[in-house]
Amino acid sequence: MPGLKREDVAHVAKLARLTMSESELDKFTVQLGQVLDHASDMNALDLDGVVATAHPFGLINVVRDDEVRPGLDHDAVMAMAPDAQDGRFAVPRILGEAP
Amino acid sequence: MRNVRDTARDVQNGDASALSVLEESLAQIRRRNEELNVFLHVDEDGARAAANAIDGRIARGENVGALAGVPVALKDNLCQTNIPTTCSSKILEGWRPPYNATVVDRLLAAGAIPVGKTNLDEFAMGSSTENSAFGPTRNPLDTSRVPGGSSGGSAAAVAADMTPLALGSDTGGSIRQPAALCGLIGVKPSYGLVSRYGLIAFASSLDQIGPLTKTVTDAAMALEVIAGHDPLDSTSLPEPSPSLVAHVEDGVAGKRIGVVRELIDGADADVVASVERAVEALKEAGATIIELSVPEFRLGLSAYYLIAPAEASSNLARFDGVRYGLRVDGDDVTSMMEATRTAGFGEEVKRRIMLGTYALSAGYYDAYYGQALKVRTLTIDAFRRAYHQADLLLGATTPSVAFEFGSKTADPMAMYLSDVFTIPSNLSGEPAISVPFGTGEAGLPIGVQLLGPGRSEGQLFAGARVLEIADGRP
Amino acid sequence: MTMPDGWEMVVGLEVHTELKTNTKMFCGCANTFGADPNTNVCPICLGLPGSLPVLNVRAVELAMAIGTALHSTISPSTFHRKNYFYPDMPKDFQISQYDLPINAGGYLDLPDGSRVSIERAHLEEDTGKSTHLGGSGRIHGADRSLVDYNRSGVPLVEIVSGPDIRSSAQARTYAAELRGILIATGASDGRMEEGSMRIDANVSVRRSGEALGTRCEIKNLNSLRSLTRAIDFEAARQVELIEGGGTVRQETRHWDENLGSTSTMRVKEEADDYRYFREPDLVDLAPDQAWQDRVRDALKPMPAERRAALKGRLANPNPALLDALEVVIDLGLDSYVIAALDAGVEPDLAFARAANEIASDLDGVGNLSAESYVATLRMEQGGDLSATQAKSVLAEILANGGEPASVAQSKGFERLASGALGEVVARLIDENPDEWARYRAGDEKLAQFFIGQVMKLTKGQANGKDVIAELQTRR
Ligand SMILES: [Zn+2]
Repeated sequence: MPGLKREDVAHVAKLARLTMSESELDKFTVQLGQVLDHASDMNALDLDGVVATAHPFGLINVVRDDEVRPGLDHDAVMAMAPDAQDGRFAVPRILGEAP
Repeated sequence: MRNVRDTARDVQNGDASALSVLEESLAQIRRRNEELNVFLHVDEDGARAAANAIDGRIARGENVGALAGVPVALKDNLCQTNIPTTCSSKILEGWRPPYNATVVDRLLAAGAIPVGKTNLDEFAMGSSTENSAFGPTRNPLDTSRVPGGSSGGSAAAVAADMTPLALGSDTGGSIRQPAALCGLIGVKPSYGLVSRYGLIAFASSLDQIGPLTKTVTDAAMALEVIAGHDPLDSTSLPEPSPSLVAHVEDGVAGKRIGVVRELIDGADADVVASVERAVEALKEAGATIIELSVPEFRLGLSAYYLIAPAEASSNLARFDGVRYGLRVDGDDVTSMMEATRTAGFGEEVKRRIMLGTYALSAGYYDAYYGQALKVRTLTIDAFRRAYHQADLLLGATTPSVAFEFGSKTADPMAMYLSDVFTIPSNLSGEPAISVPFGTGEAGLPIGVQLLGPGRSEGQLFAGARVLEIADGRP
Repeated sequence: MTMPDGWEMVVGLEVHTELKTNTKMFCGCANTFGADPNTNVCPICLGLPGSLPVLNVRAVELAMAIGTALHSTISPSTFHRKNYFYPDMPKDFQISQYDLPINAGGYLDLPDGSRVSIERAHLEEDTGKSTHLGGSGRIHGADRSLVDYNRSGVPLVEIVSGPDIRSSAQARTYAAELRGILIATGASDGRMEEGSMRIDANVSVRRSGEALGTRCEIKNLNSLRSLTRAIDFEAARQVELIEGGGTVRQETRHWDENLGSTSTMRVKEEADDYRYFREPDLVDLAPDQAWQDRVRDALKPMPAERRAALKGRLANPNPALLDALEVVIDLGLDSYVIAALDAGVEPDLAFARAANEIASDLDGVGNLSAESYVATLRMEQGGDLSATQAKSVLAEILANGGEPASVAQSKGFERLASGALGEVVARLIDENPDEWARYRAGDEKLAQFFIGQVMKLTKGQANGKDVIAELQTRR
C-alpha cells in the first residue's frame, strides 16, 4: 500500500467535517499511518474468492407492518434544537445544493 | 452492597424495601463518586420514585419482576427518557433523549431501579476511560490505575459497591476488559441477543450491550431480563430470551475446552499463570482440555481497527449541530458543522473518524475496508473450525492487569493492541465472558475469558461458574 | 423541437416516486403530505442517537410491484449508506440501495411502439425539506434556512432508465406512461405538483453515429411540461456550445420554469466521495418466489393492457375520444367507462363524463359506484336529465354520495313537460326573428343558440335533444 500522505489526511478531514491544525495534521499522519501499516498484514493474504462479511448472522427479510405509531411531541422535538424558527430547525445559510 | 440475586429476593420477600436498598446505593455513590468519577449523572429523584413504586406494588402483593429493587448503573451511551445522555462527549452535553433504550424498558419492567449514567471513553472509543470529556474514572481497587474501558464507569460502579449491576456495551472488549481490570463478571452476548435500540452506536455490526456484575448468577439474571427479540432492532435475533440462570450450575463435565494460544501469547506472566490455573480448574471439573492455535485471531485486530472506525465515521456524522446537542456558530452551514464537530469531539474520536473515513474513501475502500470484511469472514470460519474441536474456548481477557493512568495514552497503537484478545468475538458476533480468576501484579485482579459459539451463553455461564467456585467464591 | 440536422439527443431519466404507504420507510411515522412542520417525526426519522431503522414491508412490496410491472428481475438486495453532510438529512447519510438493487433491468414499452430499457428500480429514503429565508427564497443568496423533517424517511423508489430516449416528446411519453404504471401498481398517486414524483433528466448530444457526449443532469423537473421544455433547452444549449467550439462540462443543472432555461447548480467535485458501505443496521432483502408471486398476482392490469382493452370497444374513435381515453387510463377510471359501455351508453358520453366530471373530483370516487355512474348516464341519454343536470347529479354524488334518482329528485330535476318546453321555444322564436330566419334557411349552428337560450330560461332543466325536436316541428 502507498504510505499515508499529509494531503490524504487533510482531504479526509474535509470529508469528515473536521478542522485540523497543522500540528494535528502532522500527528494524525503519523498515527493513522501506524494503524494502516499494522493493517498491511491483511494485504499479504490472498483473499480472492473470500466473501466479505458485513454482518455476523445471516438474517434476511426483517420487516415491520405498515402501521402508524405515535411519534414525538412537536414541542419536545423543537426543545432539542440549538436554533429554531416557525416550528423548524434553523441553520445558517446553505452554500450548495444537495448532490 | 448485596448482590443482584439476594437483593431481588429480599425485596420480593419484603425483607428489604427497594427504597432502603436504593438509599444504601446512593449513600455509597455520594461517598466515593467524587474520588472515582464513576457517575456523570445520578437521578436520585427518579430512582426514589421508581423504588417507591416497587415497594407500593409489593405492598399490594403484585409480582414485581426478576430484578425487583436492584439498583442498576447505565453506561452513558444508553438512552433513558429525559435523563442527560452524553457518551462522555461535549458534543452531546445537555441532550436529554426523548425515549428509552429497549434495555432500559426491560430493566424497568423487571423492577430494576436505574440510578444514573456512568462514565465511558467518549463514544465508547477506548480501553481506559481516559478518553472522557468529563475526566477519567479511577479503578476502585487502586485509584492510581485505570478501570479499563470503554465501560470503565460501569465496571467501577459495581467494583465500588455503588450498584450490584451495571450495563455496558462491548464493541471490541469494552465490557470484558474493564470487568477483568475491576475483578468482575462481564458478558459480551451473541450479536443480536440484546437489542441495540437506544444504544448510541459506535460500530453497529460489532456493538452489543451486556451486564457487569460480581457473580455469574447475577450476570445470568440480568442477561435474561435484557435479552430476547426486539422488533425495533432489525439485527435482533428472532427468538425470545433464553433460559440462562437455570444453566449456571450445569458444570463442564464432558465438555471439550480449547485453550487458544493466540488468546494467551503476549500476555504478562501473571496473566498466563492465571489462565493455566483456570485450565487446571476446568480439567478438575471434568472438562477435556484441547490445545488450539487459531492464527486468524491475530489478523482480527487489523480488521477491527478498520471496520469499527469505518462504521463509526458514518454513525457519528449525525452530530452536526443541526438538531440537538452542541452547536458552534459559523457563517454558513458547512462551517457551523465543522466548527461544532471540531469543538465537540475529543482527539480519540477524531482519530477514529479520520481512520474510518479514509478506509471508506474512494480509492482505498477495497484495500482497507473491503479487505477487512474478508478477514472478518476468515475469523468467523476459524471460529467455526475451532468449535468442531471444542465446545468452548479459553484464553486471557487482557494482556495485563489494570495499568496506570497515562501509560498508554501517548501511543494509540499500544492502546489498540491491548484489545487483541477480546476483538475476535466481536468480529464473529459470538458470545464471550470474562471471569475474575486469581490476582497478579500489586494484588490486582486478572480476568480469564471463555468464548463460545453463537447462542451458547448458557454454557458460558456454566463454565464461568466453575471458575468462580474454583477461585473461592462459592 | 427537432434537433438540428446531423445532431441527436440522448436522454435517460431518473424518476423518484414517493411510495403511497401509511408510514415512512424505516419508522412508524405517518407518510402524509402537508402536515405542520416537524409533527410527523420520531427518534428514527430524526436520526436521534441510538435509533435504528426497521424496513416497512409495504414499501418493499410496492417496489416489487413496480419492478414486476417494468419486467425487472426481482433480486436479492442490500442497503447501503450514502454518506454526505447536508442539513436536511438527519443522519448525514442516506439509506439507499447501491450495487444490489431490488429490481434489476427491465423495460417499458411506450404507446408509440418504442421501448425504453430500465436499468434498475431501487428503494431509498427521502430527505427533509429546507425553506430558505432572505434573498430570493432560493438557496443562493439566502441568509438562513429552516428544516422540516416530516418528509425525512418517506420511502422512494428511483427508477433509472437506460439512455434510450431520443426526443423530448419521447421523454414525456415515457414519464406519462411510467406515471400510469406507478398509479396502477398503487405505488404512487402520481401527483407531480406535490413532489410525489420527481424527475431528473440526463441529457447529452452527439453528432449522429458518434460516441455518447458528456451529459448534464437536470434536477427536479416537477411537471411533464417542464420535462419537455428543459430537455429541449438543454439539448439546444449543448449543440450551440459544441458548434461554437466549446465543450460540455459534466454538471448538475437547475431548470428555471419562469426563465425557461437551465443553469449550473453544482459541478461534480472531487469531494463527491459518498463512502458507500453496507448499512449495518439493516439485513439483506431476499424475497422468495412465493412472495414475488403474491405481489405479481395482486397486480392490477397495467395502462398498456387497459388502453388496448378500451380501444377495442371503440369503432372509429375521434381525437377527443382518444384524449378522454388517456385521461381515463391515467386516472384509473376504466371500470366506470366499461360499465357504461356494457350498459349501452354511447362511447362519447361514457368517456366524457368520466374524463371530466369524475376526474374533477377524484377524492370522491369512493362515493360513486359504477352502477350509479351508469344509471346517471342512462337518464341523460334517455332525456330524463339534461347534460347540465347529469353533471350536477354526478358532482353531488361524488361530493356527498347518494343514488342518482333520489339526488335528481331532491334537486328538482324533472323532465320538462313537452307542453312547457313548446311554450318556451315559441316565445324565443318570437323574440329572435333574425336567428329563427337563419335557422330556417339551414344554418344549423343556430340550433345551439336556441338551446342555450332555452337552458338559460329553464335554468338547465331542458334536454338539448328535446329542444331540437321542438325547433324541427316549427321549422
Ligand atoms: Zn419517524
